[in-house]
Amino acid sequence: MLRIRNLESGYGSLRVLKGISLHVNSGEIVTIIGANGAGKTTLLETIAGVVAASSGEILFDGRDLVTLSPERIVAAGCSLVPEGRQVFAPMTVRENLVLGAYIRSGREGKAAVAEDIDAIHRHFPILKERDGQLAGTLSGGEQQMLAIGRALMARPRLIMLDEPSMGLAPIIVRGIFEIIGRLRAEGNTILLVEQNAMASLGIADRGYVMETGQIVLEGTARELMENHDVQRAYLGKEYRSIGEGRG
Amino acid sequence: MMYNSEFEAMPRDEIEQLQIERLQTTLNRVYRNVAFYREAFDAAGVNIEKIKSIGDLKELPFTTKEDLVKSYPYGMFAVPLRDIVRIHSSSGTTGKPVVVGYTVNDIRNWSELVARMLTAGGITNHDLVQISLNYSLFTGGFGYHYGAEKIGASVIPASVTGDIEKQIMIMKDYKTTALVSTPSYALAIVNTMAEMKIHPDELFLKYGLFSAETWSESIRSRIEERLHLIATDNYGLSEIIGPGISGECQEKRGLHINEDHFIVEVIDPATLRPLPPGAEGELVFSTITKEGFPLIRYRTGDIASLIDGDCPCGRTLMRMSRVTGRSDDMILLNGVKIYPSQIEEALMKHEHVAPMYRIIVSSEHDTDVIEIQTAIPQNIVLDEMKVVLQYRDTVRAKVEAAIAMPVKITLVEHDTLVGLQGKGRIIDRRQEE
Repeated sequence: MLRIRNLESGYGSLRVLKGISLHVNSGEIVTIIGANGAGKTTLLETIAGVVAASSGEILFDGRDLVTLSPERIVAAGCSLVPEGRQVFAPMTVRENLVLGAYIRSGREGKAAVAEDIDAIHRHFPILKERDGQLAGTLSGGEQQMLAIGRALMARPRLIMLDEPSMGLAPIIVRGIFEIIGRLRAEGNTILLVEQNAMASLGIADRGYVMETGQIVLEGTARELMENHDVQRAYLGKEYRSIGEGRG
Repeated sequence: MMYNSEFEAMPRDEIEQLQIERLQTTLNRVYRNVAFYREAFDAAGVNIEKIKSIGDLKELPFTTKEDLVKSYPYGMFAVPLRDIVRIHSSSGTTGKPVVVGYTVNDIRNWSELVARMLTAGGITNHDLVQISLNYSLFTGGFGYHYGAEKIGASVIPASVTGDIEKQIMIMKDYKTTALVSTPSYALAIVNTMAEMKIHPDELFLKYGLFSAETWSESIRSRIEERLHLIATDNYGLSEIIGPGISGECQEKRGLHINEDHFIVEVIDPATLRPLPPGAEGELVFSTITKEGFPLIRYRTGDIASLIDGDCPCGRTLMRMSRVTGRSDDMILLNGVKIYPSQIEEALMKHEHVAPMYRIIVSSEHDTDVIEIQTAIPQNIVLDEMKVVLQYRDTVRAKVEAAIAMPVKITLVEHDTLVGLQGKGRIIDRRQEE
């Protein structure tokens, strides 16, 4: 579904992605793990067209996204749920959801949008309860659900999630990951960026490990969980002594 | 039958995507973790970020056996020693051996790759697999053992013993259905069976996977006829992983390479340039999933060619020909490459055991000439000059047909050729003259 080759991008003269190649098959959950500043968010923003790629290709069902605007990328079926639960605080929950469908509401009319909101409510019953409430008054977990729900309103075929667990209490994180698992079970394809490697490898099929703008490891979730470097650096299983003899 | 059709029958464009992802990942890792590669890439002026396709591989320097020997024992490991769960090593017949470390993931991948080979060779969970390979520092015994267990076959770890009668007894009494051994050990079993007067019908063999030596099609026919099994060829190398690099399917039209784990190239050993499919040259492998002991462009010294096109078995994995010799055995004769295996194959047509011979190359009037010394078969009575000469002429005709140039055949006493192996069978007098 998604096939990326030698992707490079950055901000001004700062090169962040230094040649990323990865792929996501239809129906998979693929996770990107890595430390802060490794370039994970930049990667998702480059796929979403928010940050311009300086070279490389991003093929989405055979179509190159690199030259498309962010709106066209969403319309192509590729939605990003950005980091930090960015909901429109002064708007109601319902208005937030309707906004998520703006890319297609013109064509399909209000009835179709209302139907989709019903579907989102089945996923997230709490959003139905909060329907008329201002988004800014929701709890962190509820805001994250709203952010995911808003992305789903565009009927994406690929959902990209940037740090959905960030700043949430462990019990809420569990709930969010359950929802991600359910989305996949319904046939969605998910690219998940997470610092919480334990949780994301727990639900992912495969993963990539990023370090300073490059991918240094890839494999099935099981392989990554059994890799000692991953255990030491991201799963907190072992302390790696400095200056240990290597090569 | 395929063990893992997701990868063994993967569309070519997906294999290529997987290979480039894994190659780049491996390069990033070896550059960070293995001093040898950091220095080698820097010395060659290669920026690994510029490796954007499989074709760019040719920009990278080779890794040789000497490099590995120099880094004895652990210099090439890409992970700390405590992440290593298994150590094997090459024989080290000349100098220090090569020590290879495996992580938990390496062992799991290795088992899967061997399971693929065994399945391609016909083996299922219903088979009783007798593994007559050494269980030791050598990778053969353990590699096949874990692969066969992964399939769920019944494994008989017979190992290699001097007591071949016992191997045959196990085969007969335990009702072994598949034999895994070297081809020469299989021939020894054939000969011992003849001495014991055991007919192959008294055994239950169906499949045989043979590896670790170069063996000709005539040896294959002989093993198949005498053991009543389907014999397939497997290729492995302890430096790369052991068995599991490539193996034949039932079509016997080349060995499928596990390209989701290894990238293969064939190079001209003289110019070091990559060669297209069909051209014979030296096999070069890059590992793209190994954690413990990754290798980039490792020169194997083994001679083979790549085979283009689809295989009727449905596997999309690229095939290689059977290994025909060693690049260090290659003889350049008037500009034409000749391998001892070609001569061996021709001699094989007259003998029923591995032929004994010596190749002598010299120069006469600026032209290279080749002489082959071979033993007189025991069934020929030396007194009958006519028969001896007739034999010599037939051998000459066969060898000349095989290498397409004139050759002198000298019949010598059997004893003078005993124990000659590898390079010891080649005498090159051209430099001396």
